[in-house]
Amino acid sequence: MKLSEKELEIIEILEKDARTPIDVLAKMIDLPVEETEALVRKLEEAKVIVQYTALIDWRKADGREGVTAMIDVKVTPKRGVGFDEVAERIYRFPEVKSVYLMSGAYDLSVVIEGRSMAEIAQFVSEKLSTLDSVISTTTHFILKKYKHDGIVFDQGDQDRRIVVSP
Amino acid sequence: MKPQTRKTYVSETVAGLKPSGIRRFFDLASSMDGVISLGVGEPDFVTSWSIREASILSLEQGYTSYTPNAGLLELRQEIAAYLRRKFHVDYCPETEILVTVGASQAIDLALRAVLNPGDEVIIVEPSFVAYEPLVVLAGGKPVAVQTSGADQFQLHPMQLEQAVTERTKAVIICSPNNPTGTVLSRKELEALARVAEAHDLLVIADEIYAELTYEGEYTSMAAVSGMRGRTILISGFSKGFAMTGWRLGFAAAPEDILQAMLKIHQYAMMCAPTMAQYGALEALRSGERDVAEMRSSYRRRRNYFVASLNEIGLPCHLPGGAFYAFPSIKPTGLTSEQFAERLLIEEKVAVVPGSVFGPSGEGYIRCSYASSLEQLQEAIKRMKRFLARL
Repeated sequence: MKLSEKELEIIEILEKDARTPIDVLAKMIDLPVEETEALVRKLEEAKVIVQYTALIDWRKADGREGVTAMIDVKVTPKRGVGFDEVAERIYRFPEVKSVYLMSGAYDLSVVIEGRSMAEIAQFVSEKLSTLDSVISTTTHFILKKYKHDGIVFDQGDQDRRIVVSP
Repeated sequence: MKPQTRKTYVSETVAGLKPSGIRRFFDLASSMDGVISLGVGEPDFVTSWSIREASILSLEQGYTSYTPNAGLLELRQEIAAYLRRKFHVDYCPETEILVTVGASQAIDLALRAVLNPGDEVIIVEPSFVAYEPLVVLAGGKPVAVQTSGADQFQLHPMQLEQAVTERTKAVIICSPNNPTGTVLSRKELEALARVAEAHDLLVIADEIYAELTYEGEYTSMAAVSGMRGRTILISGFSKGFAMTGWRLGFAAAPEDILQAMLKIHQYAMMCAPTMAQYGALEALRSGERDVAEMRSSYRRRRNYFVASLNEIGLPCHLPGGAFYAFPSIKPTGLTSEQFAERLLIEEKVAVVPGSVFGPSGEGYIRCSYASSLEQLQEAIKRMKRFLARL
């Protein structure tokens, strides 16, 4: 889909801050509010804007910290459907947050979120490893998130500039 | 017995200089908490990591000694390539480019290198606060040409023509302009260039905001036909590359002028800081993408902020460059100083009174939109509330 300059501006702005009010957005791209609204709707309908999400630092929510693991999965591709079928069988599990087909030492990279390491271990041993096509798994637990989707966690946004300058 | 008092050692010239009006607002605003500052003349971005990293690496490798007076040759070569690439002007890195401690020092050097006592320098108002005092300190006489908000602070060739006398040596032109954000087009620059040629004037072109031009291709005065030989092009890394604290600028000029500037620089400053020069080298080599991102961010915030100012009743032209909006506050009946002071005290929003930039800035305020969108939204809310109370 070929996007116009204004549409590109909209998605760039919303990607940085999905909560930008529509009247502010309209001013930023220099279009009337109604027209801006129509463009946003069009982008949503075309699934260019897939979803508006919030990036949560769960460590700050007591009792809800959770565990994230990245699992390298080696699989046997199937004739006709290649990796797609096994990828789909994996991404349908609700605890799976993302699945990527990779080049290199393994085939699929699977990101899983669970309440505890035990829960993830159980998922890997009972659900993932037992799939027909899965040859092996290597689980890496994420110990600390420093940066996610371009956003640095705990970044001081303190303005160090002097208040008035030439 | 020693005398209780002593004579004043301060020179008459310095004693005669007015303190910057910006200073007063700085003092006032810094004494308060919770101020939203639209008074800053600098980017709200931190210098790109790759630039900071390059500077750190230079320290790790022990590059801590002086560089050549004119700056690292490598850096001057990159500057020459940058000027060619961006503005289509050719300078010899060995003899026509000088790395300075900020663009401010380059302006100072330019004036000191060319002025004889009493020479007149035309300054286009409203103007950056340092031009006038720097002319005076260099022994020259500043001559103001006032532009008007009614035609978006454009400088007309006729006005320049009328300000020229037998003693006029140079004119300082700042485009995009601080504080108005006005950008001179190629056509306008050409018209001014013809006046400069007719009266054999030198043009000191302060192009520090060139990277922050939002519409069309930027034209440098040095690139205008016939002007390379009578222009001192001044720029730097502060604004476009978000490197204000690094204090790194440069000047490009015909050899005779540049060498005269270098002569003063080598006695007064020796050279610009080495680690900053290594950072600047990286900025020119890999900074283009970051500059483009910052530019589009400023452009969007400009659109939002200027449209909002107009909406709340502070008429403002759409500035073509820099990161300042310069709205009129005339509808309020207040002077710019009264407006800025009351806005600061009553609503904790810091702006700079237009009068600080010369008499033709009266009736206006300078608002920097180099602040987060949230801060700009909040500032507009407070300004609207303030206006409703007047």
